[in-house]
Amino acid sequence: MAVLALVSVVFLVPTFARSVPYWWPWQEPIRLGLDLRGGTYLLYGVDIEQAIDNTVDRQMQDLEREFQSARIGASAIERDGRVIRIQLANKDKRQQVLDLVRERFPNLKEANVPDSGVGGLAFTLEEREVQRLRDSVREQALNIIRNRIDQFGVAEPTIQAQGADEIVVQLPGIEDPQRAKELIGRTAVLEFKLLAQGPQAGTLEQPGAGTEVLRGKGDDGGPQRYLVERRTLMTGDVLTDASVSPGSLTEGMVVNFVLDARGAKQFGELTTAKVGRNLAIILDDVVESAPTIREPITGGRGQITGRFDFAEAQDLANVLRNGALPAPLTMLEERTVGPSLGKDSIRKGALSFIVGSLAVFLFMAFYYRGGGLIADAALLTNVLLVLGVFAAFGFTLTLPGIAGIVLTVGMAVDANILILERVREELRLGKTARAAVEAGYARAWSAILDSNVTVLISGLILFQFGSGPVRGFAVTLCLGIFTSLVTAVFGTRVLYDWRLSRRRLQTVSV
Amino acid sequence: MKQETRPLPTQRPDDRKTTSSQPPPRFFELIPSHTSIDFVAMAPRMVLLSVLFILVGMGSIYLRGLNYGIDFAGGTLVQVRFPQSTPVADVRAALDLPGLGGVVVQDVGREGRDFQIRVQTADEATTSGTTEVVRAGLREKFGEGAYDILRVESVGPKVGRDLWRSATLAVLASTLMMGVYIALRFDLRFGVSVAAALLHNVLFALAAISLAGMEFDLTTVAALLTIVGFSVNDNVVISDRIRENMRKTRRGDLRTILNVAINETLSRTVINSGTVIFVSTALLLLGGSAIHSFAFTLLVGFIIGTYSSIFVSTPIVLFLDRRGARRR
Repeated sequence: MAVLALVSVVFLVPTFARSVPYWWPWQEPIRLGLDLRGGTYLLYGVDIEQAIDNTVDRQMQDLEREFQSARIGASAIERDGRVIRIQLANKDKRQQVLDLVRERFPNLKEANVPDSGVGGLAFTLEEREVQRLRDSVREQALNIIRNRIDQFGVAEPTIQAQGADEIVVQLPGIEDPQRAKELIGRTAVLEFKLLAQGPQAGTLEQPGAGTEVLRGKGDDGGPQRYLVERRTLMTGDVLTDASVSPGSLTEGMVVNFVLDARGAKQFGELTTAKVGRNLAIILDDVVESAPTIREPITGGRGQITGRFDFAEAQDLANVLRNGALPAPLTMLEERTVGPSLGKDSIRKGALSFIVGSLAVFLFMAFYYRGGGLIADAALLTNVLLVLGVFAAFGFTLTLPGIAGIVLTVGMAVDANILILERVREELRLGKTARAAVEAGYARAWSAILDSNVTVLISGLILFQFGSGPVRGFAVTLCLGIFTSLVTAVFGTRVLYDWRLSRRRLQTVSV
Repeated sequence: MKQETRPLPTQRPDDRKTTSSQPPPRFFELIPSHTSIDFVAMAPRMVLLSVLFILVGMGSIYLRGLNYGIDFAGGTLVQVRFPQSTPVADVRAALDLPGLGGVVVQDVGREGRDFQIRVQTADEATTSGTTEVVRAGLREKFGEGAYDILRVESVGPKVGRDLWRSATLAVLASTLMMGVYIALRFDLRFGVSVAAALLHNVLFALAAISLAGMEFDLTTVAALLTIVGFSVNDNVVISDRIRENMRKTRRGDLRTILNVAINETLSRTVINSGTVIFVSTALLLLGGSAIHSFAFTLLVGFIIGTYSSIFVSTPIVLFLDRRGARRR
């Protein structure tokens, strides 16, 4: 038992000492939860169904492009839920479309739609593709958020998946999470569309066919509405890099982007064909800027000017570099604890721990005398052991976790009380000290085991049920059960055996 | 009703061998070792009292509802601390903003320096923005750095709904598992009686939470789950003793055996509950507001758990046994 206590102390020195000598074998203090050290906890839901819809949308846009290059006329291509409906201008092209889809769109299959009529075709996503999306979307979102946060620069962030479609982000030390929230929550879909022009374009009040009105920033930085063509010419998935540089005096900071080979070619063709038109650069359905294409841009580089300040530009470059989220995120929960409350909680937790344990310690020593002191020794070892395991395995200590340790103190003596009461009973029957101790341990064992198993069951359910701080509580509770079983049953037994054998004691004090 | 006399400990068959002529040792005791209280006879009245209390509590829950925390109700909570006493009206004025409806500002002690601001929001979309509106409102009125934001919590309604389901499920599942475990380790009668006693404990604690107006949040549920696991202990100890005594002596009816077992383990039951009551009282008084309702629920639950292991679960064992006997 002394060895266990000693080992625990080795692990605990970095937590409690002001400074640790470099030769000390353990350097890590106990990790504190956000509720104790201060910081922000964010819980996001990933809209996986929306991600599937988006995939259908993208497939449809690709299909439209293929139709154009293959010169297949379609009077309508539209999405109806998860089904892409196509109305062919010439019904003889039907077989050609089916071949095209089979060849170029392995993820699409013909959908069974009854009223498709003559020249009507319908496609939907393959089952396995839907399944793949369900499996991978959250993982993708997780990675993207992780990259964004890494580049944002927070010490020791935690980004974890939870449940089927949730992501937990923990940012220690962040008190005002506004900027982090914007960074994480941004879908960051970058699109290039042309500003609508010509007689069919319509007006802002009455947009013409194939056009739409989007919000955006004007040249003076104020809000402005834009009339753009509905068709997306390019998306940001061809981006390889983005960086910030100062623009002209009126522009503020600008974000430069670099395209991959495919994107550079596409961008080159697009800008060659549309010289003189205005290209709207749209991020998450907001027009950031709409510069005029003065000359073909073939180098695969571009620039977004949107009157950004430095932080804005930096975050924009960050999200562009790391790619768009595959699905929109919904913030489900936000919890921020300021550092002063965290310190307060540590102080109060420690105080209630000290007072509670002291009461139990004194009571045991007073009530059971010698036996109580042995139980106290076990209790002390137990507390050291629980904390030592926290330090050694890098578990996170939360305020409910501290409460769990306090509670463990109350529960751990249970085993000793059972044994000591039993020893007393046996002594009353006139047994010798040795026999009474033997019988006390032997007879109390089954009750001790049962009561520990039941608390363990509820601890495991608690772990399953809870999140964050409550999990911290469940961990301390379960851990406390194991350590108290070791210290209170086996540890004290060793002490008794040692005392009874060495001094040939005829009496025990209980 | 037939009065049974409790068999003296020395009459136990296997203990006679070791009996010596020494005078029995004396211990410092809170509970005298030779109590023979007829707990079983008192049980029906106690059960009636329990049921009454639970009914009053359920009535209070029905009429007033539970004082739900952010976790369950959804919405936003911001706690601020000012360096000096600040009128609550000023804080309210700062938050009288178009984007915020249903703002409740509460002075939470410390001479008007700490305030709790709670905003009820209906849907997910507004939840995420509310914290920023509150921050901006405070910044506008008092200036940056003139106050300290202690904590911000914002929970969407979906989380609350999910939480309800998983909390109920967790409490029921653990109650059931305790019952099954006890039924396996002992027998079905004990399993059923333990599950019933646990359910009684949870309902009793809920009634107390409602009557005391304690906040009901995630940690409260954690406390409920803890008392489910912990209050089985007393039952285990008593049941263990019942089983032991049943093996030793074939004579005597169940009623006597129950009474003897409760009396024999009484000292242990009271002392062990005493230690957990010590520590949960320490948590309640010193642990701070964050775990106030948690500690309260634990304290009530531990006391009730001890009480029910004596007065609620044992009579159920007896009742089930009688019914079983009649059927036979």
